[in-house]
Amino acid sequence: MNMSKKLHDTPLLDELKPGPWPSFVEGLERLATDNEKPYANMMKDLLGQLEHSYETRRGYWKGGTISVYGYGGGIIPRFSEVAEDYPDSKEFHTLRVIPPAGMHYSTELLRNMCDIWERHGSGLIALHGQSGDIMFQGCASDKVQDAFDELNKIGLDLGGAGPALRTSMNCVGSARCEQSCYDEVRAHRLILNTLLDEMHRPALPYKFKFKFSGCPNDCVNAIHRADFAVIGTWRDNIEVDQEEVKKYVAKGGRKHMIDAVIANCPTRALSLNDDDTLDIDNQSCVRCMHCINVMTKALSPGKERGATILIGGKRSLKIGDQMGTVIIPFIRLETDEDFEQLNELAETVVDFFAENALEHERVGETIDRIGLANFLEGIDVEVDPNMINHPRTSSYVRTDDFNEEADKWFERQGRKAAEQA
Amino acid sequence: MTTDVATPRRADECGVPDPFPHMHPLLKQNYGKWDWHDRLRPGVLHHVAKSGDEVWTVRAGTQRQMDVGTIRKLCELADEFADGHMRFTTRSNVEFMVTAEDKTGPLIEKLTEGGFPVGGTGNSVSMISHTQGWLHCDIPGTDASGVVKSLMDELHYEFTHEEMPNRVRITTSCCQINCGGQGDIAVNVQYTKPPTINHDLVANVCERPAVVARCPVAAIRPAMVDGKPSLEIDEKKCICCGACYPPCPPMQINSADSTKIAVWVGGKHSNARTKPTFHKLAVAGLPNNPPRWPEVAEVVKTILHAYKEGAKDWERVGEWIDRIGWPRFFEVTGLAFTKHHIDDWRGARKSLNASTHLHF
Repeated sequence: MNMSKKLHDTPLLDELKPGPWPSFVEGLERLATDNEKPYANMMKDLLGQLEHSYETRRGYWKGGTISVYGYGGGIIPRFSEVAEDYPDSKEFHTLRVIPPAGMHYSTELLRNMCDIWERHGSGLIALHGQSGDIMFQGCASDKVQDAFDELNKIGLDLGGAGPALRTSMNCVGSARCEQSCYDEVRAHRLILNTLLDEMHRPALPYKFKFKFSGCPNDCVNAIHRADFAVIGTWRDNIEVDQEEVKKYVAKGGRKHMIDAVIANCPTRALSLNDDDTLDIDNQSCVRCMHCINVMTKALSPGKERGATILIGGKRSLKIGDQMGTVIIPFIRLETDEDFEQLNELAETVVDFFAENALEHERVGETIDRIGLANFLEGIDVEVDPNMINHPRTSSYVRTDDFNEEADKWFERQGRKAAEQA
Repeated sequence: MTTDVATPRRADECGVPDPFPHMHPLLKQNYGKWDWHDRLRPGVLHHVAKSGDEVWTVRAGTQRQMDVGTIRKLCELADEFADGHMRFTTRSNVEFMVTAEDKTGPLIEKLTEGGFPVGGTGNSVSMISHTQGWLHCDIPGTDASGVVKSLMDELHYEFTHEEMPNRVRITTSCCQINCGGQGDIAVNVQYTKPPTINHDLVANVCERPAVVARCPVAAIRPAMVDGKPSLEIDEKKCICCGACYPPCPPMQINSADSTKIAVWVGGKHSNARTKPTFHKLAVAGLPNNPPRWPEVAEVVKTILHAYKEGAKDWERVGEWIDRIGWPRFFEVTGLAFTKHHIDDWRGARKSLNASTHLHF
């Protein structure tokens, strides 16, 4: 079927072949010259169109509508605007596919993915997109359903696109990191698979992203990028192995210990004792992770572990950048009931977003528009001073019911004290 | 439905796959039960479980956009050294977990021979977060794959060594939507001219009220142009953000000359020491110059060099600048400070200096 077509000249792209970093151009060329394979001509024209973009400094793809049976999202349609010059890559759609949580692969799974993509697609796979999808890039319209069917039969499903729940990510977490404060895989799969309908049939006002980091180092960038960030933390004291602290000081010296560890504590909660053990003022600790990151053997997160939930992170469009802010300072994540409670909160927030956000508004913008206090009331969460940097500085506020609100606070504090007693 | 039309297959809506069948057996056995870790050399992590089990992780850079041949090559290495398992980081580095320290040397050798740089751990410059660009995006101003390849060629030494004061996370984005996210250094497209409107197409292609609503500064209004319903732009108000382009492709924001590159500094995701921060403008107006973007590489290297020289241990780029102050940052990088560095978007007053804390 492949009349061996000639490669386009690509002098500009050729300049991206040399150098010590792996070259994507060489990979594209390997596919384009794999003349036995059904995708060779498609990849020849793809290289041709890309070279044309490099020459003219313009992109030449437009969107459209492509989906698979029963789904409304997950395929990114791409039709070429210069198809007359590059006919074999005139349709070059992407299938966004959800990877195993934490991006763990067996070689069997990867090889099956490659086999399927050689039969139905371009042979080009991006691992991974910024939202965490495997991106099977380059599929003709009439091959999309077959490609999906085969991927689906090996246990893979389409991810999110458009105004919908998006594919999520979790850090390596419990699988290989001692700093992990909850079971990220469990939380990730529980929430996403419960809300899966919102991913496959886009009906939300705009995109909604969850991300799961096991500790405040936030390796999946959840505070900046997620509408709903679940970030591991602990509520009790940092665990200290004082013998290991002494060894650390003996090895690196006191100056290093003071400069690298003590002086970097953001809340002055650390102090080096005269016997080279560590004194920690745990009530002042803000769980920033710095000392634990530096002294991996001597220090670890406490025993009462769970997560902090921050809501509303997003980039510029439309009102400007926003980070997620604290909505739940601490939720314990140990028992089945704990995880169910987290899942219910996720559903409540997505429901609130679906019902109250304006079209093309992220939940952070909704909160900005209606005020945090109203949002909290909408999702039935009580106010907490951990949600703010500081109380308001502006006096422009009606406070007629201040005392009633204060009574609620004291009542809650009383209830908490009773529960803890 | 007629019988000669095959009924389409109904999907198995299986959602997020269970990772445990794919996870390295030693990670699975010790899931949630790790004790401590250290780093033996750049690119190698060593984790010890409470059970006493040990695992060595070898991390290597990839081109992210991988042909099946490259993926199969990685699979061969995983079969030979890592019991048939691997994983990827959020920055498209591949990780092989091996169960004996003496496997790391031969694996590193084979990865290096195969063209995969070993590194990206600890205080290195890790792989640049990667967007789509001309290869596949419908609204790109530049090509992420090319920018990333050019920059990583130049930063290869910093990827394979851990000589920075702290980790450095670089990001790229092919338009101002900034899919690449926040970074210690961010290389982002910055448009400089209002869109050029193809009035023949607007009525058929664009949902005009949605486009009007999308504009952050209310610069777009419906108009009749040559007897056709279209849109017009108040060019004095327009901030050239490109937000109207995705919902309305006839409002072309890109051109060979007006699409520029800006470099931003000081973004940080982690909560370590300081709270997370957004990146801030360092320089705009750099040319979008394929195939190797030399002007961008020069600026990135200059900033990295100044940071490497000037920062104290554990300071991220933003923390370093906070300590030395912005006047010194512009001095040591040789970059210009202009009126465009002063924010005028909502909340901008919070970025002004309301104190006598000054750096001279």
